[in-house]
Amino acid sequence: MAQAATAIEQDVMVTVDGTPLKVSLARSLRRNKLKALLLVLPLFLFILVTFFIPIVDMLFRSVENQIVGTVLHRTVPLLAQWDERSGELPDETLFAALAEDFKEATAAKTSGRVGRRLNYEKPGFSGLFRKTGRKVKTIEPPYREAFIKIDKKWGDLDIWRLIKRESAAFTIAYYVSAMDLSYGDSNEIIRKDENNRIYLKLFWRTLWMSLFITFMCLVLAYPISYLLSTLSVATSNLLLILVLLPFWTSLLVRTSAWIALLQQEGIINDLLVWVGVVANDDRLQMIHNRTGTIVAMIHILLPFMVLPLYSVMKTIPPSYLRAARSLGANQFTAFVRVYMPNTVSGIGAGCILVFILAIGYYITPALVGGQSGTLISNFIAHHMSISLNWGLAAALGSILLAVVLVLYFVYDKIVGIDNMKLG
Amino acid sequence: MALPAYTSPLERTWFYSYRFLCGCIFFFLIAPIVIIIPLSFNAVPFFTFTPEMLALDPAGYSTKWYQDFFTNLNWRGAVQNSFIIAFFATIISTVLGTIAALGLSRSEMPAKSVVMGILISPMIVPLIISAAGMYFFYTKIGLAATHVGIILAHAALGTPFVVITVTATLVGFDHSLTRAAAMLGASPTTTFFKIIVPLILPGVISGALFAFITSFDEVVVILFVGSYEQRTIPWQMFSGIREQISPTILAVATLLVGFSIMLLTCVELLRRRGERLRGIRPT
Repeated sequence: MAQAATAIEQDVMVTVDGTPLKVSLARSLRRNKLKALLLVLPLFLFILVTFFIPIVDMLFRSVENQIVGTVLHRTVPLLAQWDERSGELPDETLFAALAEDFKEATAAKTSGRVGRRLNYEKPGFSGLFRKTGRKVKTIEPPYREAFIKIDKKWGDLDIWRLIKRESAAFTIAYYVSAMDLSYGDSNEIIRKDENNRIYLKLFWRTLWMSLFITFMCLVLAYPISYLLSTLSVATSNLLLILVLLPFWTSLLVRTSAWIALLQQEGIINDLLVWVGVVANDDRLQMIHNRTGTIVAMIHILLPFMVLPLYSVMKTIPPSYLRAARSLGANQFTAFVRVYMPNTVSGIGAGCILVFILAIGYYITPALVGGQSGTLISNFIAHHMSISLNWGLAAALGSILLAVVLVLYFVYDKIVGIDNMKLG
Repeated sequence: MALPAYTSPLERTWFYSYRFLCGCIFFFLIAPIVIIIPLSFNAVPFFTFTPEMLALDPAGYSTKWYQDFFTNLNWRGAVQNSFIIAFFATIISTVLGTIAALGLSRSEMPAKSVVMGILISPMIVPLIISAAGMYFFYTKIGLAATHVGIILAHAALGTPFVVITVTATLVGFDHSLTRAAAMLGASPTTTFFKIIVPLILPGVISGALFAFITSFDEVVVILFVGSYEQRTIPWQMFSGIREQISPTILAVATLLVGFSIMLLTCVELLRRRGERLRGIRPT
């Protein structure tokens, strides 16, 4: 009550229970904020655990490099003192430590993993470690000579330089190879020779194919979106089904449809033979190459371009065009100078959406891409499940992810994620 | 948009060629989907029309690929798994997504765009990257190659759709309704179930349908995180197309097209109902 009395004395507005209105309002706002946060919290935590942490964990793999340092834990500290530019092999104490490490690693069956890790950097390490692992049990001092007797590679300075480089807990080696670079004689980073450059070429191909697909989607989507926006509601809703049905149909269904259409014994080839454009023994190869991937992906991604374009075009009053015409513009000028600038936000939204989807596409290129139509995603999958070079897969993945996130940011700035519409 | 009488021949030609062009593009969109339907009734294991089929000879047609689909254990397991996984994933993403959308659409929500950006990210990040991340992490915690793991992964991929559709519904939501309910003595729970839910239901259901189809059609994550035990229809189709391609794939595809038509109809009806309820007239 005393508080209320002072409040009244000071002529401050108070609520029924006597607290100043300002305090009470701040409290209620804070409570509302907390309520909103609490509502979002469950999903936020769920996404964090099931999605966000796995991705961060994968990105971490692209630099993680514990294995060499952990398994060769006696050798690595000694190796740090070795001067790689001296032109001499490490001394006997280091080789003794290596023998100890090797005996322990062979017993724990971890030497093969170190060999495999180093094999990514330089082929031959796997074999070297397997061979040494087999013979190390009976090794006798002097160790340096004994190791070189097992395999003369142990007398090679390059081998030691490489082990020293990759003994750190973190490495950029995966990014180095993902960018088609490699380490030179004194560990400086150089470009690989022409024949071994694959990833830059692949990134480049992914980029131009995605750009081309985006462009073709825009070219095909613009006229039909315009048509849809000018027709009466009943007709346009009917025609919109032709866009929405592919949108809702499984992409595997659409991919298999394209296989049926494009393959050499398929419908398009049959039709062309029947018309007489191509000879029966000279059917067109339209699938398992770049053409197949591009055609199928344009078909699959086209609805993602039509829907944002249509939703923007629907809001442009037709009177703009009529006004332009009555002010003396011909039909073409009116369209280009008045109508098209109004659709820029739709074009931006559609293009970024299609490009983001295209650049990370995996399934369609994997099924109809063959050799020349594979994209960066297919190589990530290859390193994940066939070559098992997970670090490199993670490095390629993080480069792709970085590109997509930049585009996502741009999309957010242009369109706003809140304005994203579906269906 | 009919042509007025005063159009010049040039404009007339332009008008009709433009219409023709649009017709071609619509044909490009729909033809591949329509063409697989008759092909799935092929009597021989080819992906093209045989002379018998073109002559409309009944001998050229057969339903044996459908029989194969319904009797083959691989496919039966796939259908079961697809529905089980999609069902539970949809429930998780719908419940969490709807609650989060309610929070996000409150004006008091701090850092709205950042939070929204994170919640939508499963839709934006390329599937191969999500799949790779989930593969490593779920293997580490023992969820890889389990139904639970796949359900959680699919639920994460489906939530952005629910968040987007429900937030869109809430844009036109009149908040004085909840205040009125509170004033008339309804508890927050009663208000939620009696006032909010009926109004946002169309958005929730269409979000749920999106989440369902996301899980039902998803291939990449299941290829990496799942195994034969968790095979879904897309998993089975993918390995079918890769290994020995048989017209059973086309029979399945036809059934899936029918299924998509059903879902599409539901979403469209809901959208129109929602617009009508919120007083938005189609323009």
